[in-house]
Amino acid sequence: MTRLRRAVHTLLAAALLAAAGCAPPNEQELRLWAMGREGELVQRLLPEFERAHPGVRVRVQQLPWSAAHEKLLTAFVGGSMPDVFQVGTTWIPELVALGALAPLDAHLNADDAADIFPGILEASRVDGRLWAMPWYVDTRLLFYRADLLRAAGWAEPPQDWDGWRLALQGVRAAAGPGRYALLLPLSEWQPPVILAFQRGAPLLRGADEWGDFQAPAFRQAFMFYLSFFRDGLAPTRAEGQLANLYQDFADGFFSALITGPWNLSEMAARLPAGLQDAWATAPMPGGSGGEPGLSIAGGASLAVHADSPHQAAAWQLVEYLAAPQRQLEFYRLSGDLPARRAAWTAGRLADDPRVAAFWRQLGYVRTPPRVPEGERIATAINRAAEAAVRGDATPEAALARLDSEVDAILAKRRWLLARQRAETGP
Amino acid sequence: MSGGVESRQARAGAALAAPALLLIGGFFVLPVAAAFLLSLTDFDIYAIADRDRLRVVGLDNYAALLRDRLFWTALANTTVFVALATPLSLALSLATALAVTAAAVRAASLFRTLFFLPVVTSLVAVAVVWRYLYHPRFGLLNYLIGLVGLSPQDWLGDARLALPALVVLAVWKNFGFNMVVFMAALQAIPATLYEAASVDGAGARTQFARITLPMLRPTLLFVAAMTLIGNFQLFAEPYVMTRGGPNDATLSIVLYMYEQGFRWWNLGYASAIAFVLFFLVLVASLLGAGLTRGKGAVQ
Repeated sequence: MTRLRRAVHTLLAAALLAAAGCAPPNEQELRLWAMGREGELVQRLLPEFERAHPGVRVRVQQLPWSAAHEKLLTAFVGGSMPDVFQVGTTWIPELVALGALAPLDAHLNADDAADIFPGILEASRVDGRLWAMPWYVDTRLLFYRADLLRAAGWAEPPQDWDGWRLALQGVRAAAGPGRYALLLPLSEWQPPVILAFQRGAPLLRGADEWGDFQAPAFRQAFMFYLSFFRDGLAPTRAEGQLANLYQDFADGFFSALITGPWNLSEMAARLPAGLQDAWATAPMPGGSGGEPGLSIAGGASLAVHADSPHQAAAWQLVEYLAAPQRQLEFYRLSGDLPARRAAWTAGRLADDPRVAAFWRQLGYVRTPPRVPEGERIATAINRAAEAAVRGDATPEAALARLDSEVDAILAKRRWLLARQRAETGP
Repeated sequence: MSGGVESRQARAGAALAAPALLLIGGFFVLPVAAAFLLSLTDFDIYAIADRDRLRVVGLDNYAALLRDRLFWTALANTTVFVALATPLSLALSLATALAVTAAAVRAASLFRTLFFLPVVTSLVAVAVVWRYLYHPRFGLLNYLIGLVGLSPQDWLGDARLALPALVVLAVWKNFGFNMVVFMAALQAIPATLYEAASVDGAGARTQFARITLPMLRPTLLFVAAMTLIGNFQLFAEPYVMTRGGPNDATLSIVLYMYEQGFRWWNLGYASAIAFVLFFLVLVASLLGAGLTRGKGAVQ
């Protein structure tokens, strides 16, 4: 009996200790969701935060990028959103429509805001307010084989569309049959949209209520995009069919592609040593007067869940991670380009000519339409482009269909806007 | 008196059936009913946050489906897939079952395992390998057709070839299961029938037509129905191999439903697609069942 009683006492004491151990009265646990490699690397920045904020623990959960969007929405529906989470900039309007985000405005002072690349900060602005703290940025520009371009007679990458076409034709001729000049994966909606930005096409009209893809500016960009395929400058092959992008780039199967900063480290790691001096980056052609052409603003931001019970601690974490010195640290860990220009100057990032092209390009970026239906519209654009490239529809028919598809996608938005206007109207 | 016993028995029966009925009710009937109600609304990403933004639209989702170009594409693709893959799978699995049953015992178990292996292999792993087999420049398939002088094809990137390419993959992936079912049925045919037929002087072909096929008929119809239903639900193959491309040539109904429902959160619309698919499968199954009964009556 006594032995049993002693055992019970020990157990009770242990239970009490355990209970005390996992929840001291003033300890807060912040849940942070981050994606892919970032989710792993961000953990190295956290011990310092926890030291500076006793009583706050950060628990990181890593999500794969491919499942992150679904998982966030499911978590929202299920009421299990994390306190802080990483979001792709294109998801912001959707999460705002859900009411899932706490507004950022009060936590970003004017000086810091001015230090963020303006095009990138714009991506966080929906309905006139800022919603997520830009963390790292990405945009797309030209990665090219400088040696092949030089062999075709171009010492410098071209700056406008005509020059671009001529240079690609030269490279293509020098490369010989079975090879191409530019890789434009048919699974990507970004290339036609980038070209459309450069022609000033707005993509949507009204209060982003209707498709505007038959407008002259978009049509012009679309025809230019199609001409790469028509003239045999780009292969009409789906991305999955590339055995290995880096291998094909090294072989000269194509000599240029439009891609983002993640390929800086990939190219350095995967291209053979002999080619490491041969590849270069350049801002998008297509600007006027020596300026770069526009590209797409992208990247990831940090957001705070609107209903998080730990608002103050959550914003402390966001501000900590978004501070220039941490962004620089994170760049050194991950290669992700900082959103704060102060981090670039402090780290002299633009001293590397390949990174410098991004520095320059980031001054010339635009965001795709910031509506919750953005990703669906992007898919519709992709569909239209693919149909036209493959010759299943004439460019005119593809664009007309795109307009009607996008009009249908935006039907609910128009209804909501109409209702809002009726409520706030005269 | 007997009435009392009967009602007691009925009560006991109901009590015994209740757990199963509750489970079926809670996990099948209720969700299906909820999904049907959902298909009468425009439940979407806006409505998740604020139920005030939900509209009851009646049959509008179904009407929109009829006007939806992509839905018709998906329906046509799925029909072609079913029409190609079902007979192919049946023929191949029956042929291999016959061959394996006839072969020497030790080799039989080896082949049985080999043919069944694809069924238990993860499709994602299989897809990686098959993407290489189909690769336009380095693929084994193009190498083989090159040996007989044909020009290389972009199997998964060509809108005319992608769906047949998936048919081949799906048949290869799934025929092993049907083969095992056929093998079991073949072993259940009494050997005496064949012995009697041999005594009567029937050759192998006659034996197959007069004994094997008639004895297999119930199994054949069962396997056909299951394969048909499974093929209507084509999803994983295009999802991992082509994402519905190129140019929607491999977009299936379930893949389209998934995209609408879980990529875009148009749950109302996706539910409508689900019910149309349910109806299609139901019709196909009823036709199959009618066929079974018809044949049974003839016999």
